Amino acid sequence: MPPVPASWSDEKVETIMGNLLRAGVVLAAAVVLAGGLIYLLLHGAAQPGYHVFRGEPADLRSIRGIVAEAVTLRGRGIIQLGLLLLIATPIARVAFSVYAFARQGDRIYIVVTLIVLTLLLYGLAGS
Amino acid sequence: MNLVEFSLVLMVGSLAAGFLGALTGLGGGVVIVPLLTLALGVDIRYAIGASLISVIATSSGAASAYVKEGYSNIRIGMFLEIATSSGALFGAFLASSISTQVIGAVFGIVLLYSAYHSLRPHAAQPCDEGTPRDRIATLLRMDGAYPTPEGQRHYCVRAVPLGFGLMFGAGTLSGLLGIGSGALKVIAMDQAMRLPFKVSSTTSNFMIGVTAAASAGVYLSRGYIDPGLAMPVVLGVLGGSFLGARFLASARARLLRNIFAGVVVMLALEMIYNSLKGRL
Repeated sequence: MPPVPASWSDEKVETIMGNLLRAGVVLAAAVVLAGGLIYLLLHGAAQPGYHVFRGEPADLRSIRGIVAEAVTLRGRGIIQLGLLLLIATPIARVAFSVYAFARQGDRIYIVVTLIVLTLLLYGLAGS
Repeated sequence: MNLVEFSLVLMVGSLAAGFLGALTGLGGGVVIVPLLTLALGVDIRYAIGASLISVIATSSGAASAYVKEGYSNIRIGMFLEIATSSGALFGAFLASSISTQVIGAVFGIVLLYSAYHSLRPHAAQPCDEGTPRDRIATLLRMDGAYPTPEGQRHYCVRAVPLGFGLMFGAGTLSGLLGIGSGALKVIAMDQAMRLPFKVSSTTSNFMIGVTAAASAGVYLSRGYIDPGLAMPVVLGVLGGSFLGARFLASARARLLRNIFAGVVVMLALEMIYNSLKGRL
């Protein structure tokens, strides 16, 4: 077994990974909350209409459209941007794992995490 | 009920979903889908989109604590993610040629059986200096330790190929049915690989976020993910998952097993109900 550099022990990797996940969800939640307040302040008195499926408008279905909606400070666009940050969090966690196992010199797990990252990106690209 | 009241009701329900999801490793969908469809009259497609978002939020929210505290086994999680991710792609590929209604009903029955099984704790695996180690688990450096009130307790992993195969099945089902496969993940680690229950549920919790993120793009582009529904769900579920992660540390494994079995029975009945109604 290759010697693990003391600066990148499993405990250190776990601490950084935990902080990364927390930062991701807190940031996503803050953006969702900001968008939600704008949305409810403007439309809060309306009746919810979710019993019929209409699907989201094209602007809220793609990354480019969501960013365009969010920069014009539309509530629903900002919430959707927060959801993109939320979806990106586990992907960032896998990407960080590749780096962490590389720092540990753990070849088997570099390969394992690269396979997972490839499958994940393949699944996302296929959509 | 206007949108503000609707959002508040949904947020309170999501808080419970996040709490249960984080404790059991099942994600929040088990509670979110019936809450939205049965109690609030929301279309099933919007409910599936919101449920997917709730799984990612529960997973990442609780994992931030579980990983730091040393409950989740990152190596086991990462290795098994190969099986779940490739299974999910395989399931999505199969989805066009298989009756999901039949699969849903069968899955429901399998879940009822496993809920019954998961109630019985398996014999504690002795794991000390003299214990013969599983060769694959040793090669993959999977054996580990987790915190208990009596200090760190070591555990040895076994039956890695069986666990890997079950995880592929779990991934395939989630690709086919569009549901988080947390139940099968926990059962595979608990019953086949003989991990301590807290390690099984927190490692499953760690993994389900990745499985869900992989299919999030599909649901987003189909227009299933509605911001007005997702907002209260995300905020509620995250709050619940932080509370759940706190509670797990002090909870007895016996209690967690009972809660897990109860939630799995709920999930099973939901699957069977949805199959009969033709909503899968």
